[in-house]
Amino acid sequence: MKLTIPAFVGRIAFSALAALIGAIFALPLLWFLFAPFNARAELGLALPDPWTLSNFVTVFGNSYAVQALWNSFIQAVGGVILVGAAATLAAYALSRSSIPGKGAVTYILLLFSSVVSGSAAMVPIFLIISAAGLMDTHLAVILTFAGGLLPTAMFILRDFIDSIPKSYEESAMVAGASPVQAFFDVALPVIRPGIVVVVVWGFVNIWGSFLIPFILLRSDSNMPASVAIYSFYSEAGTPIVTLLAAYSLIYSLPVIALYLFVSWKFGFRFFGGIKA
Amino acid sequence: MTTEPIEAKPKKVRNFALLSNRAGAAFLTPAGLLVSVFVIVPFFWVIFVSFTNRTLLGRTALNPEFVGLANYLSLFDPATFFQRGQFGFSLILTTQFVLASALLGQALLGLLLAWLIQTVPPWVKRITETFVIAAWILPEVVIGFAWFAFLDRDQGTLNMLLEGFGLPKGDFLLQQPFWVIVVFNTWRGAAFSMMLFNSAFSSIPPSYFQAADVAGASSWQKFRDIGLPLIRGHIVTDLILITMWTFNTFTPFLLTNGGPSYRTELVSIYNYRVAFQDFQFGKGAAVGVIMMLINLAFALVYLSIGRKKKVR
Repeated sequence: MKLTIPAFVGRIAFSALAALIGAIFALPLLWFLFAPFNARAELGLALPDPWTLSNFVTVFGNSYAVQALWNSFIQAVGGVILVGAAATLAAYALSRSSIPGKGAVTYILLLFSSVVSGSAAMVPIFLIISAAGLMDTHLAVILTFAGGLLPTAMFILRDFIDSIPKSYEESAMVAGASPVQAFFDVALPVIRPGIVVVVVWGFVNIWGSFLIPFILLRSDSNMPASVAIYSFYSEAGTPIVTLLAAYSLIYSLPVIALYLFVSWKFGFRFFGGIKA
Repeated sequence: MTTEPIEAKPKKVRNFALLSNRAGAAFLTPAGLLVSVFVIVPFFWVIFVSFTNRTLLGRTALNPEFVGLANYLSLFDPATFFQRGQFGFSLILTTQFVLASALLGQALLGLLLAWLIQTVPPWVKRITETFVIAAWILPEVVIGFAWFAFLDRDQGTLNMLLEGFGLPKGDFLLQQPFWVIVVFNTWRGAAFSMMLFNSAFSSIPPSYFQAADVAGASSWQKFRDIGLPLIRGHIVTDLILITMWTFNTFTPFLLTNGGPSYRTELVSIYNYRVAFQDFQFGKGAAVGVIMMLINLAFALVYLSIGRKKKVR
């Protein structure tokens, strides 16, 4: 297609504007590319001289910091297993059975899940966990997130299952499979990409969360990285920049890796409300 | 705690079901239990607690008394309502925050970005998208610290840049805390609007734009007369969702702690302070109830729009 000169100038102006906005978005993050590798990092942006891994060595020598990453992992994986399993079963039932009141259940879930946010419900969630005797346990965080993430996970998966032809399972059942067999052997493998999306989404949500573990956990040995990161502050409350930078980068890596995985595998397709 | 995807497509109910009602009920049980205990029970429990003088510690922690509307009356006490650190101040602050950072900031910036990346070369699109999405998906504590470093008065990158351009430095977290969290939240959340509008623009048949090109329309004309009218439904969806998220967000706490002197204390942070720093669970629950009522209003609007779409 031939471009006129004004159109060409327009194109360049558009690219420049897009690049400028991209640069503005990058600015606060650029610091994380350099400071972790700089043994004398400060809050200012500076090229490391020399580049070093000493900050990482210090972080990995800090048993509390390593424990916190492990805690984050336990909570995120535990939550994701619950969400993945429960949401798959529930979404399949909502899609394939004709239980009365399905529509009403869906509507009520939609309503409640958007009304009961973590920051509005922090008092009752604290009281429920307290009453259940689960205060300061991994299970408290796992269950709270499982409950909170489930409605959205169910909707993503139900849409996904609705788009799969029923004839898959029907032909399996004609061949003599029970409904449960048809679910596990025929439907489940086809639904798997949807489950992967839900699991990745859930993992990123729990891994990055601050408020819920912050109010439900007390002891250092249970704290996830999002809360433990505040231990890299001196007594006076000033941050120990070198450690914070290195730790932040390590803590962000799984999220970055999962993002790359999803965009490589599926393209970062848009799912309504993929993030809480 | 989370949001819901855009309404499912309507489905013809068939008489023949693959899963019997009993198996279906069994499949629904685990999710039903979890959602009941952690989403539905909290909704009713918070209403109950808001009528008591329950505290975190002390005698009333175990034996709370029924105090009627006392918590609500203290929240809406006209003598102190608008004072800093009080509920009214926080509510107004949050309203301004939502208007400035979600409706103006995120939505407009998202719209601009979505439109820009339709036409720019793929590599510009890739790089821009990467950073905008990174701002959105990285853990909130990391983002909070990144901005803390970015805005530092003495060494921060922003002041370094301002100095480079010959502009005066500033201690933004102290001097302009409200505008800091507005810019921060815009930056953090613009990706969602960008992606939603991007997928909306991509669903418009390219022939519409090609016809406009042939007629010699400018980019602005194409945006105003083709793009904007065709994605109107998406814009409404986007505005409601980002309003609800921004209203409930706790992330600015990680940057400003609600301060200095309550100047960035959004209702979510106010709720946290009342319940977990002042230990007044009853009053905190009352704040929670009001937040949920506001959420409910937005959710009902959103769902009614979803229903209309279904009917069409």
